[in-house]
Amino acid sequence: MSIADAPKTPPGSAPGSPGTGITRRQVWGLFWLVLAALFIWLVFADWPDWVKNILLSKKAFLSACLNGLTLAGLYFLVASGFTLVFGLMRNVNLAHGSLYLLGAYIGYEIADRTGYWLLGVLGAFLILSVVGLLMQVVVFRRLEGDDLRQTLVTIGISIIAADLMLAVWTGGTYQILIPDWLAGAIKLPIVTAVRSNGSIVLLSYPFFRLVVLALAIVIGIGLWLMLNKTRVGMMIRAGVDDREMLSASGTNVHLIFAVVFAIGAGLAGLAGVIGGSALSVAPGEDVRYLLASLVVVIVGGMGSITGAAIGALIIGLAEQIGLVYFPTYGVVLTFVIMVVTLAIRPQGIMGKSQ
Amino acid sequence: MNADVTQNPATPARNLLARIGTGHLVLAALLLAYPLVSSDFFLTQIGGYSLIFGMLALSLSLLAGYGGMVSLAQISFAGVAGYTVAIFGENNSNILGFGWPWWLVMPLALFFAATSSALIGWVSVRTEGIYTIMITLAVATAAFYFVRQNYTLFNGFPGYTGLRAPIVFGVNFRDPVPFYYMCLVAATLSYAAVLYAARSTFGLTLQAIRDNPRRMRAIGFDVTAHKVVAWFYAGLIAGLAGVLLVWFNGRISPGTINVAAAINVLIIAVIGGLKHPIGPFVGAVMVVLMQTFAIDIVGAERFNTLIGVFFLAIVFFSPDGILGLWGQLRQRLAQEDLRSRQ
Repeated sequence: MSIADAPKTPPGSAPGSPGTGITRRQVWGLFWLVLAALFIWLVFADWPDWVKNILLSKKAFLSACLNGLTLAGLYFLVASGFTLVFGLMRNVNLAHGSLYLLGAYIGYEIADRTGYWLLGVLGAFLILSVVGLLMQVVVFRRLEGDDLRQTLVTIGISIIAADLMLAVWTGGTYQILIPDWLAGAIKLPIVTAVRSNGSIVLLSYPFFRLVVLALAIVIGIGLWLMLNKTRVGMMIRAGVDDREMLSASGTNVHLIFAVVFAIGAGLAGLAGVIGGSALSVAPGEDVRYLLASLVVVIVGGMGSITGAAIGALIIGLAEQIGLVYFPTYGVVLTFVIMVVTLAIRPQGIMGKSQ
Repeated sequence: MNADVTQNPATPARNLLARIGTGHLVLAALLLAYPLVSSDFFLTQIGGYSLIFGMLALSLSLLAGYGGMVSLAQISFAGVAGYTVAIFGENNSNILGFGWPWWLVMPLALFFAATSSALIGWVSVRTEGIYTIMITLAVATAAFYFVRQNYTLFNGFPGYTGLRAPIVFGVNFRDPVPFYYMCLVAATLSYAAVLYAARSTFGLTLQAIRDNPRRMRAIGFDVTAHKVVAWFYAGLIAGLAGVLLVWFNGRISPGTINVAAAINVLIIAVIGGLKHPIGPFVGAVMVVLMQTFAIDIVGAERFNTLIGVFFLAIVFFSPDGILGLWGQLRQRLAQEDLRSRQ
């Protein structure tokens, strides 16, 4: 992390700190520095044979990494809403996957009928925001302070939602068509191989997936700015830390709750359209993205946007790299990451201990 | 239901009967006589199936009601037991199937189920309250995707077929009546064990931990150990139900332990009521009856909507499930009684 610390880190060569040698922070700094260097080398170097023996081909490895990053972007979009809602309201919204799937279907319908993909994205975000708002005002406000019942209600909603969506859109698989200006593949300035005649082969990658990644980063930064630089964001963060205190100091917490729920549900809907365009829409996706949100938030820490980003990165990369290198045990990797996190740091990487 | 121990004990036999309580005796008599009046369909598809799912829900209710830990992974532990039966016993999927006898496979299945339950419990008790639901749901989902993906151990999507209940001393437990009685014995044992454990020192400590873990820790109780032991017991019951379930179905596949099944167990427990161990069985009978006969009313496709609405109604209007409704009714009747006396 801290590059400035790195030169001091070799053990024994730190005259300034007597006795104990290097600090824990410096060890971690060195660890991340070495890891980053290793990764940069893997990306840009011409792979020697022994690396190929371990990691198959450079193209497979880099594609897995890029796919992992894209998936991480998608997971982040879904999980950020989930983590905000949980952090603020202590409401485990197990219907979050249903919001994702509903967003995907709505986006598909709008894009299919109007012909404008962006309209689909926007429509899904707005409609799902309203759905989230209604859920908060009509259902969850009535059960405030009863975590278990709120969670049970979300389970009931997810069952009914899944069944009704199956009735409307049947069991088929949909693909949301992306506009031409987003389609196609582009060449990245990364050499994957050198042909015998000396010409180089560049890594080509679907443009849309890079757009997904960029969008996730932009939205992530936007959320961070909103949470850290605006008044509403300040109230939300205060609510995550101590809901009663925020309420006692004269803030209308129910308004804040409604805003956060609307943003969270809207983001899930937006992610649905993007996921439905990059991958596909089918029944059962709700469970998949619910699982992803759960694991991302457990690993990253509840109520933290940064934690959701870190968790999404870890889980997205683990899933895709696992898919390439040990296909039948890929899920176990995700599971192991979750268990190890819980064992070492039960509140998650960025979570605050209660 | 809870019959108190009589103050001045008469003969030991009468004492025992009093401890069991008239309600239980009547119930036991009815359940024992059930095969006399019911058809084979009602015996296995309703009776046996309800008892199995009642046990699954009971294992959840043990954790949730006495330990305050709502687990969605009980079906996964049943799946561990079921797959153990398939892998170590006989199956006709031509994969693995070591052909061990039932008296060896069954304890092994229970052991694996209970151990995995304790393991997941140990992981999830590191966090508190509502986190348990999230962690166990993640575990259940991951378990489902894993067995569906993995062909070397779990035979992937098709799973294992040809799993049959054993023939013991000439009694064929595949037949409806013996199978029903086997389920009844297993369910009664689990039920009695939970009822007994709830009043034991361990059970009381567990309930105290549920109510105030910090205080219990301060007094000197090992909070984590008590919770993990509760998970172990819950895993035993879930494993027993899992073994019966594979014998009932004759097969096990990822579909048996998917998320819908995990949530089904929770629905049964909540509909029945988490306050008393009879609740899960009441809930199981309700849900199984609905599953069997609601198809005639709403059609097979929209069954989930029906059960979802029913579940929501229970959560909203009677948090303690059907048992809670019964309690409310009794209270109102008692009030009416008082009023009429005035």
